[in-house]
Amino acid sequence: MTPHHSHALTATLALAIAALSFAATTSTQDASKLTGAIRVDGSSTVYPITEAVAEEFSKVATKVSVTVGISGTGGGFKRFCAGETAISAASRPISSSEVELAAKNKIEFIEVPVAYDALSIVVHPKNDWVKTITLAQLKAIFNAGGAKTWKEIDPTWPDRPMKLFSPGTDSGTFDYFKEAVLGKDGKMRSDISVSEDDNTLVLGVSGDRDAIGFFGLAYFEENKDKLRAVPVVDAKGSAIPASAGTVNDGSYPLSRPLFIYVNAKNAAQPEVAAFVDFYLANCNALVSEVGYVALPSELFAKSAGNWKARRLGTQFVKDGKKVDGSFSTLYQ
Amino acid sequence: MMSGRAIATSRRLLKNRLFLYGCLAGTSIAILVLCVLMISIAIEGWSSVSWHFLDSFASRKPAQAGIKAPLMGSVWVCVICALVAIPMGIGTAIYLEEFAKHSRIKRLIQLNISNLSGVPSIVYGILALAAFVRFFGISSSDDHWSIGDSESFFYLHFPFGPSVLAGGLTLALVILPIMIIASQEAFRSVPQSLRQGALALGSTQWQVIWRVSLPAALPTIMTGAILAMSRAIGEAAPLLVIGGFLLVFHTPTNLMSDFTVLPLQIFNWAGRPQGEFHKLAAAAILVQLVVLLVFNSAAIILRHKLQKPLQS
Repeated sequence: MTPHHSHALTATLALAIAALSFAATTSTQDASKLTGAIRVDGSSTVYPITEAVAEEFSKVATKVSVTVGISGTGGGFKRFCAGETAISAASRPISSSEVELAAKNKIEFIEVPVAYDALSIVVHPKNDWVKTITLAQLKAIFNAGGAKTWKEIDPTWPDRPMKLFSPGTDSGTFDYFKEAVLGKDGKMRSDISVSEDDNTLVLGVSGDRDAIGFFGLAYFEENKDKLRAVPVVDAKGSAIPASAGTVNDGSYPLSRPLFIYVNAKNAAQPEVAAFVDFYLANCNALVSEVGYVALPSELFAKSAGNWKARRLGTQFVKDGKKVDGSFSTLYQ
Repeated sequence: MMSGRAIATSRRLLKNRLFLYGCLAGTSIAILVLCVLMISIAIEGWSSVSWHFLDSFASRKPAQAGIKAPLMGSVWVCVICALVAIPMGIGTAIYLEEFAKHSRIKRLIQLNISNLSGVPSIVYGILALAAFVRFFGISSSDDHWSIGDSESFFYLHFPFGPSVLAGGLTLALVILPIMIIASQEAFRSVPQSLRQGALALGSTQWQVIWRVSLPAALPTIMTGAILAMSRAIGEAAPLLVIGGFLLVFHTPTNLMSDFTVLPLQIFNWAGRPQGEFHKLAAAAILVQLVVLLVFNSAAIILRHKLQKPLQS
């Protein structure tokens, strides 16, 4: 996800301040006396949040050595389930085979959701033909060798060439779009205007009637007046508008929850406990800074409660089987 | 008849000149590419190199970011790697060149070493992950035993985990074949007459090796060591596999410390979306080149010192 220096949403900021004051009274108070090492590894999507948290935490707890790796969600779990890391960051819930591996190695863990990663599909405000869009249409537009004009996608759309905009290929946003829309083996077409700077994308799309692009939902929310987000059609055929609300109730198709998993044995160490406390206290403010969507307050409270009660295991796997249902319903 | 010979001569001379131009072109292309690379990196990175850059830890804000952890990590890992790989490489070469008889086993060993030098470094990373980081899974995470605690400088625990020691040993594996082959070449280039002379005077084999062959071979061995260490300092892939971290907020204090190295930091920064981080990556490359230069000049000075006694 392309990080940018944005202003935190008022709601999340208020929540963060509340949480911060909570944390300050408990464990970060004497953080400077803590020693030891905390190893974090896992998803590169969660990395910007963890990086920011680790950096701020290291300023407070100067004697604790925090190390963060990006082996990817799967690679991170491999190390986590072998007991090599204290915390594993993940852009999907732990899978049943990973739960099995952890059990085999006698590793117990606590699941802590921290944020949402969501994409918005944006067009020019004067674009009055794209009312909704399906994932198949998005694929037809962005796939290598895809359509050149709007008409090729839908005969009722104008016969004009499309102008495509995308965040940089190194960003998590790009990776997620590729994975969710184009599929594992999909290849993005090359005749796209690519920019690492989200502002350039906003300018590009808002300056051309035939433009279409995508970026993090948080960034669209800040530029609502210049752009229009296209509702995305879900698997059942209903068009879901992109908003924090539809992301929260799990109905918006282009969003996914992000997690950290904490090794229960390590959670008993004061420095690890302090780190996770610090993570939860600050993640909402930092989540918006790096372009993700903060969890809604109830869900966040559930997540923090999970951690505080040191509730073991995952909500997504029961008796070795994957539990169906969206993230928010499982966590209600 | 005469003219035919003249044509043949001029053709030969032409061939000679073409060959010279070909060689010149090859050399200048190599140097040109290197120059373009160095200059573009220097232009991009120079402005970011400062004392602050060397003395701060990583940050998500480019202006505050520095390379203290990866710089010290690289130094630790490379020193460990040199201490392990160089004596081991020389030892192996001594055995193969001075002791081992020509046999099928020697040929087999020789073939394997040559093959190993061509194995991609990431494969060594996978081996090292199993061997050093996890000890083949013999000891589970619960009952690993240790010497000292994490505060003491001699702290050791088994298995090693993703520590500087494991990193150094991994790189030692990567460069060991290069080191052995270079040392063997060095011993082979020592004239047989020197050894025979020493043996004729009644020296033991140990005396021959220690007083004659090794000093004569050492300058060439050092050249091999420089090449091998230059490779080690630039490796990122095997360290990534054994679990080298990207973001570290401390410098190593003992052999069991977690670490990151310059190539990993460069990899991390170069992959960032923001342009400021690319500048930092270029600056880190400059620092890495300087570190490499320091290592190599130390080896060259050492070589110079060692060369003198034989010349007199």
